[in-house]
Amino acid sequence: MRNPLRSEAEAFRFLIAVVIGAVLIIVAAYINTWLGVAVAVLAVAGLFWWLRQEPVRGAAEPQPPLVSGTSPGVRRVLVVAPPGTSSLALPAGAEVLVVVPALTSRVQALTGAVDDRRGDAEATAAALGAQLPAARVEVGADDPALAVEDALRLFGADEVLVAGDDRMLRAIRKRVTIPVSRA
Amino acid sequence: MTAYSHAEPLAHDEHHGPPEPHYSSRIMPATLGMYLFIASEIMLFGAFFTAYFFIRIVNGTPWPTPPYHLPVFVATINTLILLTSSATMHWATQSIKRGNVWGMRAGLLLTFLMGSAFLISQIFEYMRAGFNTSEGAFPTIFFCLTGLHGCHVFVGLSILLFMTIRAFRGHFSAEHHHGVEIGGIYWHFVDAMWILVFTTVYVL
Repeated sequence: MRNPLRSEAEAFRFLIAVVIGAVLIIVAAYINTWLGVAVAVLAVAGLFWWLRQEPVRGAAEPQPPLVSGTSPGVRRVLVVAPPGTSSLALPAGAEVLVVVPALTSRVQALTGAVDDRRGDAEATAAALGAQLPAARVEVGADDPALAVEDALRLFGADEVLVAGDDRMLRAIRKRVTIPVSRA
Repeated sequence: MTAYSHAEPLAHDEHHGPPEPHYSSRIMPATLGMYLFIASEIMLFGAFFTAYFFIRIVNGTPWPTPPYHLPVFVATINTLILLTSSATMHWATQSIKRGNVWGMRAGLLLTFLMGSAFLISQIFEYMRAGFNTSEGAFPTIFFCLTGLHGCHVFVGLSILLFMTIRAFRGHFSAEHHHGVEIGGIYWHFVDAMWILVFTTVYVL
């Protein structure tokens, strides 16, 4: 979606769109009041349609799935454990990174009221860290797929294990090319 | 990310293939701030426009209420001045993006002068309107809507003044001109609001 206040140039284009809409409404209203109302409705709808267009071609396209991997002889596993996870069975013989996404609701994410949810994730991470001394445990982003993306960009893994629900599993599978299975 | 590690840190130099880190927040704070700002402005102007439509359509108050007249011609000239000032603001921003410092300075100065002309002209319009807020619903909402916009123009002019001073002091360059960009966004927003005010209050 186009943000009319993203840049000065976008704001100028928005102003021109508003001027064109206003001129059309004025002309229609002088012909007939109800025609003016109809044009006003159409102009507002047109403005919303214009705002929904992507300002840069390809900007709205989804990102390609993230490719990850490790060098030969090294096996790394990324484990996603939602807050509240009390125990995990880790694969033997692999370097393991456990990520606890600080899951939030949409409203909490938009308003930045994430402190309590992050506190929950930190408590879970601390408990898992004490329980799994061989693994590294981190708190991740509020979106599990994004937390996995972040982790993979610093920790190349061969496999992702998910201790969450099916929805979380599907969301992560969409974002990465490596095998994703249930922990 | 906060790490709770009880093991030796992993040797990242052994990694094979991890791409560069990226900004991972779902919504950038600056973007959220801008949306909240827009929302607050929409609510502010929305409240005044609601009062306007209530008085004019629901209450059926004649617009303008006889024997008063709205200075449509002066407001039209003012509108043209304000729209031209947006064009010069755009010119200023485009100039500094290309490294044309004098183009930016001229554009900002012209924008400031035209904004000042608009505001002075509006003050004279108020003085010669022939009515004031104590004379009924029509003058009240007229002064409230145009006055609210006038306040925004005044804020915009203050920003423009600082921008112009900074421009003449050489604070902006092709690489660093965020101050011009942000001020420009605000100025165009104020102009877009004036188009709504002008269309509803003076023309329709």
